[in-house]
Amino acid sequence: MLAYAAHRLLQFVGTLVAASLIVFLALEVLPGDAAQILLGTEANAETLKALREQLGLDRPAVARYGGWIGGLLTGDLGTSHIYGVPIADMLAERIALSAPLALLAFALSTVLALPLGVFAATRRGSAGDWAVIGFAQIGLAVPNFWFGILLILVFAVQWGLFSSGGFPGWEAGIGPAIKALILPAVALALSEAAILARVARSAMLETLGEDYIRTARAKGLSERRVLFGHALRNAMIPVATIMGLQFAFLVMGAVIVENVFYLPGLGRLLLQSIFQRDLVVVRDLVLLLSGFVILVNLLVDLAYAAIDPRPRTAAAGGDAR
Amino acid sequence: MMNRLRAGLAAALCLIVPLVAGQGTASAQGETSAVIGMTLEPPHLDPTAGAAAAIDEVVYANVFEGLTRIDAAGAVQPALARSWEISEDGTTYTFALRRGVTFHDGADFDAQDVIFTYERAMAEGSVNAQKQLFSAIESMSAPDDHTLVIELTQPQGLFLWNMGWGDAVIVDPATAETNKTNPIGTGPFAFDGWTQGDNVRLKRNDAYWGDAPALERATFKFIPDAAAQVAALLAGDIDAFPNMGAPETVGQFQADPRFDVYVGTTEGETILSINHRRAPWSDVRVRRAIQHAIDRQALIDLAMFGFGTPIGSHFAPHHPAYIDLTGTAPYDPAKAAELMEAAGVETPLRAVMKLPPPTYARRGGEIIAAQLKAVGIELELVPVEWGQWLAEVFKAPHDFDFTIVSHTEPLDIGIYAREDYYFGYENPSFVAHMAELEVEADPVRRAELLVEAQEMIADDQVNGFLFQLAKVGVKKAGLEGLWLNAPVQANDLTAVRWE
Repeated sequence: MLAYAAHRLLQFVGTLVAASLIVFLALEVLPGDAAQILLGTEANAETLKALREQLGLDRPAVARYGGWIGGLLTGDLGTSHIYGVPIADMLAERIALSAPLALLAFALSTVLALPLGVFAATRRGSAGDWAVIGFAQIGLAVPNFWFGILLILVFAVQWGLFSSGGFPGWEAGIGPAIKALILPAVALALSEAAILARVARSAMLETLGEDYIRTARAKGLSERRVLFGHALRNAMIPVATIMGLQFAFLVMGAVIVENVFYLPGLGRLLLQSIFQRDLVVVRDLVLLLSGFVILVNLLVDLAYAAIDPRPRTAAAGGDAR
Repeated sequence: MMNRLRAGLAAALCLIVPLVAGQGTASAQGETSAVIGMTLEPPHLDPTAGAAAAIDEVVYANVFEGLTRIDAAGAVQPALARSWEISEDGTTYTFALRRGVTFHDGADFDAQDVIFTYERAMAEGSVNAQKQLFSAIESMSAPDDHTLVIELTQPQGLFLWNMGWGDAVIVDPATAETNKTNPIGTGPFAFDGWTQGDNVRLKRNDAYWGDAPALERATFKFIPDAAAQVAALLAGDIDAFPNMGAPETVGQFQADPRFDVYVGTTEGETILSINHRRAPWSDVRVRRAIQHAIDRQALIDLAMFGFGTPIGSHFAPHHPAYIDLTGTAPYDPAKAAELMEAAGVETPLRAVMKLPPPTYARRGGEIIAAQLKAVGIELELVPVEWGQWLAEVFKAPHDFDFTIVSHTEPLDIGIYAREDYYFGYENPSFVAHMAELEVEADPVRRAELLVEAQEMIADDQVNGFLFQLAKVGVKKAGLEGLWLNAPVQANDLTAVRWE
C-alpha cells in the first residue's frame, strides 16, 4: 500500500509539472499583451517598453517560467499585472465566494436529487416516477443563466426578497453573504440535481434488481431496511462518482451564473484575466484548478486502493488476479 | 452573442413577469447616497498609470483633480489652478494655484506637487498612457508655493485642455505609488474601499476646497452582463447606469415612470477602419465605393436600435467646428458598383473584417457585411477580444482588411497624421495641416483648420465613417445632476443629488 501511495504521489507531482508546462506554453502563443491592454492605443513605444520592463514581460520565456515555478515553491504566487496586487490575495477573495457557493449548490442539489431518485426508482412506472423523469428532463434542458434571470425577476424584481446580484463580502456578516449566494446556488443546483436524480434513479433500479435484494426481502427485512440499508448504500457508488465530478464543475464552471448575478468568483476572474491578458493570474488559476482536480482523483484512487486491493498490485507491476 | 441572447431573454421575461409599480425604488427624500452602475471594473484606480476608461469613470473629478478640469459641456474650467495668464507668444503659462487645498491624507497641495506630478509623467520610465500630453513642456518653476510657471517648447493650442485630462491629475508625492489601490487626491470625494469584482466606494471629503457635494456616499457597482444590468435597475439595487451595455434593453425603461432614460453624446467616432497597406483598399476609388455602399441610418437603426448620429468624417457632431459631411458619399449602391468597375477590381472581392467585442462592432459588422456584399465585397467576419485586436489589428504587421472600432478620445482627428498608424493612411499635406493646428491658439483659425481637416479625410475616404456613439443612460427618477454627454469618460458626481 505504501509503495502504491508513493508511486501515485510521484505521478501526481509529474502531472502537475506537465500541467504547468502546458499552461505556460499555451499562454505564450496567445496573441495580446498586458502592457498594451493597460496603456491602450495612445501610449507611445517608449512607455510600453517601460511598463513591459516593470512587469518583467521583456525577460526570456525560460526565465519567466523558472521565476514562476520558483515563486510557487516558496509560496509566492506573484503579482497581477493588471490589478497590481498579490495574486494570492485575489485568489483568497474569490475562493471565499466560489467555495461556499459551490458547497451550497452541491448541498441543495444532493438534498433534492437523492430522495427524488430513490422515490422514482421504488415507484417505477408510476405517475410519481414520470414526474421525476419530467423534472430531470426540464432541469437538464433549462440553461442555468436563463433560470438565474428568471429567479432574479421573480425574487428580486417582483418580490424584492433578494438583491439582483452582487456580493457584499463576508465582512458584511454571514447572513447577508449567504443571502447573496442563495439565488445563484439555486440556479446552479437545478441542472446538477436533474443529472443526479436520474443517476440515482437508475443506480437504485439496478441494485434493486440484484439477487441480494431479493435475498434480503426473502429474509423478511422491512422494505425500509432493504431500501436504505442495502440498495441505497450500493447505489451510492456511481452516485458519489458523479457527485465528485459535479463538485469540481461547480467550483469552476459557475462562470455564466456568476455573470448573471455579477458575483466576483473564480470563474469570472479567470475569464476576465484571459481577456485582459493578465497571464500570471491565468496560469496560477489554471494550475490551482488542475491541481485541485488531480488531487481529488488521487484521493479517490487511494481510497479505492484501501478498499479494494486489485489496483495497487496492478500498479506495482504484479498480476491483478 | 451570448450577451445579446441573454439581454433578449431578459427583455422577453420582463414582458412575461408583470411589474409591480413603485416597488423597490423608493427614492427617499433627503437621501444622500447613490449607487452608480458600470459595465467594466477598473483594473486599478490610478488615472496616471493606465488607459482604461473605467479608471476615469470612477475617480475623475471625484477623487482626483487637475490644474484644469473638463466640464459636462466639454469646456475647460479652472480647478486646482484658480486662474492663468498666457504670454503673448503662447509659450509661457503662469498659473495661480488655489490656496488651502489638502489631499485626502491631510497633506497640503502646492506648486511642488504639480511639478512632481508632471515630471513623473514625463520621466523616462513613466507608464503614463498619455505621455504625449506633456510633450510640449520645456520647464517648470515655482516662484512661490501657489504660483507655477510652465514654459512650452512651442505654443500649444490645447495645452489647458490637455492638463484637464484624467492622465494629468495632480498626485501627492508621498502617495503617488500607492494610488492604484488607495487613491489619494484633492477631490470632493475620498476613496472609502474597494470590494474587488463588486464595487468601489467613495465618501464625501469634508475638507474639500470647493462647494460640498450633496452626496455623502457613492458606490460604483460593476455589472458586466447586459441582462444583469437591467435586473439590477429594476430591483432597485442601483440608482443609475450612465452607460448601458445593450441599447435594446432601454425600451422598457422609457415606458416606466420610475426611471428616466437619458441619451447623450460621446467622443466615440465609430468607423469602419480600412487597411490602406493592402490592395485594393489603397485605391481611393474602391474606398469611395465602400462609402457609397454603406447605409448609415440602417446601420444605426439595426445595430444600435436607433441610438447614434451619422458622421461623414472623423469628428464629433456636437463640436463647434463640426461640419456635416455625410453627403460626401451618400448611400448609393449603384454608384458604388459603378466605382468598383471603374477601379478595375474584379468582384467578388474577399476580405477579412476583425470585430472587437462591443455591440457596435459585432452587430454593426454583420450589417456592414450585408451592405458591402451588395457591391461585391464578401467579408469574413472574425470576432476578436480586445487583447487580440490590439495585437493583430492595432500593432504591426496589421493583419486585417477591415475592422469596426469607436475612437473614444476627444478631438482625435490627429490620429490621421500619425506615422504608421494602424489603418496606414499617409498624406503629408494632412500631417502639415495638423502641425499647424498644434501650435495655433487663435480659436477662429483653429476652427477653420479643423473644418479643413474634416474635409481632407472625408475627400480621401480614409475610412468608412459610420456614426457617433451615443451614451445611453438609465437612472431612477429623482436622481439629478449626472452628465448627459461624455466629453471625457467620467462620472462626475459633484452635482449629483436626489430631488
